[in-house]
Amino acid sequence: MASSGSAGLLHRSPRLRLGLLLGPPMLWLGVLYLGSLAALFITSLWTVDAFGAGIQRTWTLENFRTLFTLDVYRTITFRTLLTAVAVTVIDGLVAVPVALFMAKVASPRWQRILVILVLTPLWASYLVKAYAWRGMFSTGGPLDSVGLSPGYGLSATIVTLAYLWLPYMVLPMYAGLERLPDSLLEASADLGAGTWTTMRRVVLPVLFPAAVAGSIFTFSLTLGDYIAVKIVGGTNQLLGNVVYDSFLTGNNMPFAATVSLIPVVVMLAYLTAVRRTGALENL
Amino acid sequence: MVKSFGPVTAVAGVDLAIADGEFFSMLGPSGSGKTTVLRMIAGFEQPTSGRVLLDDRDVTGVPPFARDVNTVFQDYALFPHMDVRANVEYGLRVKRVGRAERRERATAALETVRLGGYADRRPTQLSGGQRQRVALARALVNRPKVLLLDEPLGALDLKLRREMQLELKQIQRDVGITFVFVTHDQEEALTMSDRIAVFNDGRIEQVDTPARLYEAPATAFVAGFVGTSNLLRGSDARAVFGRDGTFSIRPEKIHLDDDAEPTKARGTVRAVVYLGSVNHYLVDLDGGGTLTVLRQNLRDSTDSALDQEGRRVALSWDDAHVIDLDDSGAGQPVGAGTETQEAP
Repeated sequence: MASSGSAGLLHRSPRLRLGLLLGPPMLWLGVLYLGSLAALFITSLWTVDAFGAGIQRTWTLENFRTLFTLDVYRTITFRTLLTAVAVTVIDGLVAVPVALFMAKVASPRWQRILVILVLTPLWASYLVKAYAWRGMFSTGGPLDSVGLSPGYGLSATIVTLAYLWLPYMVLPMYAGLERLPDSLLEASADLGAGTWTTMRRVVLPVLFPAAVAGSIFTFSLTLGDYIAVKIVGGTNQLLGNVVYDSFLTGNNMPFAATVSLIPVVVMLAYLTAVRRTGALENL
Repeated sequence: MVKSFGPVTAVAGVDLAIADGEFFSMLGPSGSGKTTVLRMIAGFEQPTSGRVLLDDRDVTGVPPFARDVNTVFQDYALFPHMDVRANVEYGLRVKRVGRAERRERATAALETVRLGGYADRRPTQLSGGQRQRVALARALVNRPKVLLLDEPLGALDLKLRREMQLELKQIQRDVGITFVFVTHDQEEALTMSDRIAVFNDGRIEQVDTPARLYEAPATAFVAGFVGTSNLLRGSDARAVFGRDGTFSIRPEKIHLDDDAEPTKARGTVRAVVYLGSVNHYLVDLDGGGTLTVLRQNLRDSTDSALDQEGRRVALSWDDAHVIDLDDSGAGQPVGAGTETQEAP
């Protein structure tokens, strides 16, 4: 009786059903996720005492002033943005032919195999992949022996990150092209368009929102990265390193929080911009 | 023309001549090769052997975009990121037709398909019938020599389909372009076509006018696919016609009466299928075999029609309406249509 009673109650009350369904994830998203983001923002408005011993909970814009006035932070911010843009562009250029081949040329069997091949690197540890690239770039390494290694530095970082995030660009593009019916390509040819005109007028417009969706991943993941640059980036620092160093070495959590707000603001601006393209419906 | 996909022969040998300005239908069950033939005319598939001639010009190796042929696709294939006008103008745009002329011709094409006020809509905002007409306008605006239609009415409901059949025929008359229409719906083919090619198993069974196909089918397959076949063969045929063979009589040519004169056969009504304006009587003949008889509900009430079940009846018909499928020059033995042949 009891169980049928509660089942009946659930049946009669759609609000209760909805609450039970959405309660736990809303708690996670609202309290833990957005809550920590708010805590981040609040922390960025605090400071540390002169000895670096503890956090002083007094409201101050000191951290923001430091961030905006010291040249080194502006340089690092621009370097990070440049890296993110380069990684995104490289991934976009590599992913278009790969996704096009997977979605429109390969047989269904090869399609499955290629999806697995694209996904496989995601199963391997990030660190292993980054160190693998360190080996590639090292003096006397495979790339160096054919004279193609740029050595450790920003270029190596960009290549490594572009490799790491490539699946995040290929998969949305593949999904977008999969939804593009073959008959659209045939219709374009039938109406007199050659291969390049079809690419430009039919494939690219369909591909664009998918590319933007992929770029959200490649861009935001690059903005937050600090490990790859440590492994293959030589002496270069990205925003992630500033956060890491302020927090661990400098023991200055409020300043770390301030710096980490930069990627948040950049991503918010980016998301607002791409919302207009309809790319968010493609995620 | 022959087309093989690996070991599968989709089109086993088709030779067709379609006249200028004709409404030509390719009718057949799914998998009979009619769509493959259409795609070879459009240039999406290359024939394994054989040629495609357009106005006496060999276009066999010519890619689709260089052929003076346009297609209306089964799923319409409208570009989702363009509005209706941009869709219709697409063919002109890629051929670098000037903006003013493009606009003018697209507007005219949309008027032809009665979608004048819809130029700014997106395809997703249109109903199935409207999308179908946009696809038609997008093809017609290029003034192709031949318009290919791949089951374009298949996705529409029955009422809309009937309307579009008449409309398509009217548009074809107005523009004077050759239409090649693929369908598996015999009624659709009969309604619109000047001539019909009946496909079966990668071959053409018969090419003829709708009336000739119906009145004088060349093969048992055609008799069965176009209308209700009412075949009598073997000993069933001997009991009625006095000799072996394959015979067909259309259901509406048979009179059903207790005292029909001259009685050609007797039997028992097994079932009555009530269809509103007409009834189908399934009559088991005493000599074996079953014939379907169609009778209009002119005087009978529904009850009296259904009451016929189990009754003994006599059937009569005019011998001129009996089709001897073994006899005519074009006729083939029963079963010939199911034979497959490897491509040379």
